[in-house]
Amino acid sequence: MKFEPLADPATAAASLRRIAAMVLRYWYLLRSSWPRLVELVYWPAVQMITWGFLQVSFVGHEGALARAGATFIGAVLLWDILFRGQIGFSVSFLEEMWARNMGNLMMSPLKPGEFIAALMVMSIVRLAIGFVPVTLLAICFFGFNLWGLGLALAAFFANLIFTSWSIGLVVSGLVLRNGLGAENLAWSLTFLLLLLSCVYYPVTTLPEWLQSVALLLPPTYVFEGLRAILLDGVFRGDLMLKAAGLNVVLFAAGLVAFFRLFAGARRAGTLLQLGE
Amino acid sequence: MNAKPPAAVRAVDLVKAYGKVVAVDHIGFEVAAGSVTGLLGGNGAGKTTTIAMIMGLILPSAGRIEVLGHDIVAERHKVLHRMNFESPYIDMPHRLTVRQNLRVFGMLYGVADIDGRIADLAAELDLESLLERETGRLSAGQKTRVSLAKALVNAPELLLLDEPTASLDPDTADWIRTRLETYRAERGATILLASHNMPEVERLCDDVIMMKGGRIVDRGSPSGLVARYGRDTLEDVFLDVARGRALEPEKAPAS
Repeated sequence: MKFEPLADPATAAASLRRIAAMVLRYWYLLRSSWPRLVELVYWPAVQMITWGFLQVSFVGHEGALARAGATFIGAVLLWDILFRGQIGFSVSFLEEMWARNMGNLMMSPLKPGEFIAALMVMSIVRLAIGFVPVTLLAICFFGFNLWGLGLALAAFFANLIFTSWSIGLVVSGLVLRNGLGAENLAWSLTFLLLLLSCVYYPVTTLPEWLQSVALLLPPTYVFEGLRAILLDGVFRGDLMLKAAGLNVVLFAAGLVAFFRLFAGARRAGTLLQLGE
Repeated sequence: MNAKPPAAVRAVDLVKAYGKVVAVDHIGFEVAAGSVTGLLGGNGAGKTTTIAMIMGLILPSAGRIEVLGHDIVAERHKVLHRMNFESPYIDMPHRLTVRQNLRVFGMLYGVADIDGRIADLAAELDLESLLERETGRLSAGQKTRVSLAKALVNAPELLLLDEPTASLDPDTADWIRTRLETYRAERGATILLASHNMPEVERLCDDVIMMKGGRIVDRGSPSGLVARYGRDTLEDVFLDVARGRALEPEKAPAS
């Protein structure tokens, strides 16, 4: 048996290689499983088409409801960036739990920050596989071209994806610390934002006390910004800056939570016992 | 005069407590570089917790562990690429083929020539016909060989094994032990092995640490322990320790 030299683990190149290894691992998995690929497109498509027909049913009506209805397709597509971005992050993480592979990874030279970076990359890869076909379907079915938003779409995307990663970090940390009993949070936590971020209705719809909560959440500004573009033809850069500022705080909090929960898992000895 | 080689693992006054439950209770030991050391003890003796602390997966409540000259708590990432681990209780991704799994772990461990390394391991561990098969579809014996290939992918200086032949048939288990002996002889690696299999420990280990209730209760070479307890096999010694049959004071190890 020959023994090859190992790369210095402390270099940036070695770090990038470990991130690439994890991305490759998830890519192999996606490639090997057509149900996983179909699932990435199926539900976003069903949701978009459902809301699209609802929007069509409002055509010809007048008033506030008709104004709100005119944004449904755009809102559902942006909501999918937020929801699917988080699911993409969390599911890639959960794949290690389901495969009982976490012990192998945690005792390899892979650093937690590199693991997180790989999960962020996979979140975008999984999102792209599902999101791009659905946006094309929106053009075909309803003539709604999300890509026509141009730079505004880039601003919306950047803000939503950072929020999704922040939630994914907290969920992953909770699962590491508490085992698969916390898995359901991966599927349900983001839905709180469906309510509070005012995806389908203006912030002013909420009771006043709840509005102050909504305004602490970055996606609220994104969906308000979407309505401003679609209904008034105005890009609200101020809303995007507020969302970005809040995202810096939220993402930093997500990182702190993940690293604290990871340290807690090492203290509690749960990294090797990751069942329910 | 021969200088004593530095220890591959050094544990000093190590404690791990979960609330009021003490899993590892003030243990200290050294594992000599190049040795094969067995951690022996019944269920709940603290073997797996000790190994997990050596890997840095569990933080000690107190005490200190040095692995290959580095503090495993503070400098874990300076040393992880020089060690590896195999356990039948940890799987590799089922949907990935054997080659894909070995490639991913080769990249994680910074192996320079991954294709060459996979070819070498496949030849050495008789995996050539399995390389393109999904790992989850292999038999228990085949999975163990793949896990061993993963554990050797970086040619570790320190190899930690948790019951490496558990649930294998005698022929496959013997085959695995032979490969471990070959690897140790070729690489000069240190192996720390937790096992319930006494013939395995007698065959592979130069040194045995016996644990019970989170403490080290005895230590010595397999033949030395057998002689000290006046028994015929290490299994008899294990039963003496597990059932609390104390040694006569003059025969007990110096603490």
